[in-house]
Amino acid sequence: MTASVLEARVRFARPGQSHTAFRLDVEIQVGAGITILFGPSGAGKSTLLDCIAGLLKAGDARITLGEKALQDSATGIFLPPQERHVAYLFQSPALFPHMTVEENTGFGLRHAGEVERKAAVFYLLEVFRVAHLAQRKPGEISGGEAQRVALARALAPSPRAVLLDEPLKGLDAELRSSIVDDLRVWNRANRLPILYVTHQRDEVNALGERVIAIDRGRVVSEGIPHAVLDAPRTKRLAHAAGFENYLTAAVLELREADGVMRARLTGSEAELELPLGFAAVGDRVRVAIRAGDILLATQKPVGLSARNVLEGAIDSIETRGSTGVCRVSAGAMFVVHVTPRALRSLEIAVGKRVWLVIKTHSCQLVDE
Amino acid sequence: MEALWLSVRLAGCVAAILLAVGTPLAYWLARTKWRGKFLVESVVALPLVLPPTVLGFYLLVAMGANGPLGKLWKAWFGHTLAFTFLGLVVASVLYSLPFAVQPLAVAFESVDARLLDAAAVLGAGRWRTFREIILPLSIRGVVTAAVLSFAHTLGEFGVVLMVGGNIPGITRTISIDIYDHVQSLDYGAANRMAAALLLISFAVLASIYAVNRRVWSLWPVK
Repeated sequence: MTASVLEARVRFARPGQSHTAFRLDVEIQVGAGITILFGPSGAGKSTLLDCIAGLLKAGDARITLGEKALQDSATGIFLPPQERHVAYLFQSPALFPHMTVEENTGFGLRHAGEVERKAAVFYLLEVFRVAHLAQRKPGEISGGEAQRVALARALAPSPRAVLLDEPLKGLDAELRSSIVDDLRVWNRANRLPILYVTHQRDEVNALGERVIAIDRGRVVSEGIPHAVLDAPRTKRLAHAAGFENYLTAAVLELREADGVMRARLTGSEAELELPLGFAAVGDRVRVAIRAGDILLATQKPVGLSARNVLEGAIDSIETRGSTGVCRVSAGAMFVVHVTPRALRSLEIAVGKRVWLVIKTHSCQLVDE
Repeated sequence: MEALWLSVRLAGCVAAILLAVGTPLAYWLARTKWRGKFLVESVVALPLVLPPTVLGFYLLVAMGANGPLGKLWKAWFGHTLAFTFLGLVVASVLYSLPFAVQPLAVAFESVDARLLDAAAVLGAGRWRTFREIILPLSIRGVVTAAVLSFAHTLGEFGVVLMVGGNIPGITRTISIDIYDHVQSLDYGAANRMAAALLLISFAVLASIYAVNRRVWSLWPVK
């Protein structure tokens, strides 16, 4: 089978009050292999998938799979979901509760002969390691097993593209990656475009070869996982990508030759050196910084390559799992992650004077 | 006993017809996004609140020799529809319509929409999805609809009296029979029939409450 590309340009508007109104305006290309569609909840990820699957009809869209047009509003083409040959796995397994695992998996193979169907069903149940459950009903298997069966069922009718909408939500990380590994093995022979939706950044790093980040109905960046996650373009996306700190600052000076600019934190005298962005002197910019990218020192550090050293005091400390979370008042309120061991050896306590060390390029400029 | 047997036959016919007619109507009500749906819902639910005599009166007028339905019927079959067993069936179907349509619509509505999406993506058309997914998952609603419309028809009085009159073996159902016995002060006979009807109705309701707790839920909330 030759690999085909899934291309979608979708404009979709759901009218409503300001908080329910929603616009989607995206253009994406998905080649063979797993592409991650990443974005905060409400970004439009599921809506886009519904449009590609044909469950939702966007007013203005052109969706093609290889040579075949699935929807083209210019020529009035709209294939119903039954004719698209696109597999779609939802957040819930959505197995038919009155059918056995075997009957569920064979549901999309109605036109195949009995022998052929059984062979296809058991091949896929083997691939996803659930063949021993064939005679069980969905109510008698675990959540992870149900999602494996749902995957086998979705792939049984030989689809030409696969959509997965946070299919492994609620499963633990180990189970998730083992299911995705099985999917990857299956896809080695099939070379299908797979679009995998998630809003969890650990999944982006673990699964994706390519990431498309969307927010508020628009594509905000795309590329390899590291590039997209480390340079989020909007505040909401930064939050989803794990940036705990957002600050606003006024630009004081541009140093084009060095590729940096200086800015003063809003409401304080503290200054930060930031990567050069599209801003003019006097502009307000928004900065996102990961809590784990900030160093904590108990004495004023000297001889550092990091350009930003801010003096402050510990405001609060709490421990979450293996992470010590400190709030530090240093011009603005910063969240800093350190290990519990570091907390002890530095004798960090509320009120203690500390210095924050932040590299220029750990500061990401984001849009609202 | 002739009256009891007539009532059971009538109720059986009506329940069967209501399943056939009520299923597509309930499916449409459960799935349509049409704004005027509430109008159809109201019409279907009318017999719940209307005095049976009102419904019976209009049906009698419609079925009589000068009514639109009666004229049509007479032109085809040579006699009017009123005061016949078939006339009773038609009237009872309308009278018991909400008792079939409501449980069916509630059952169809409560099938998880994602299951229907999954079926569509897997290539199943509407008819196959209905037959293989919606109907098997709504089986309790179907049983409830059948039993309720049977039980409700069994006990009806006003509509039957208006449309059917009181012809032994043709339109004299059990409730009319009881009324007759009371009129002629034959309390013993009335008591036997009344007790029989009471027991049957109780058995029927107990059997559906045993399988389904949401019998009296109203229209599905969307």
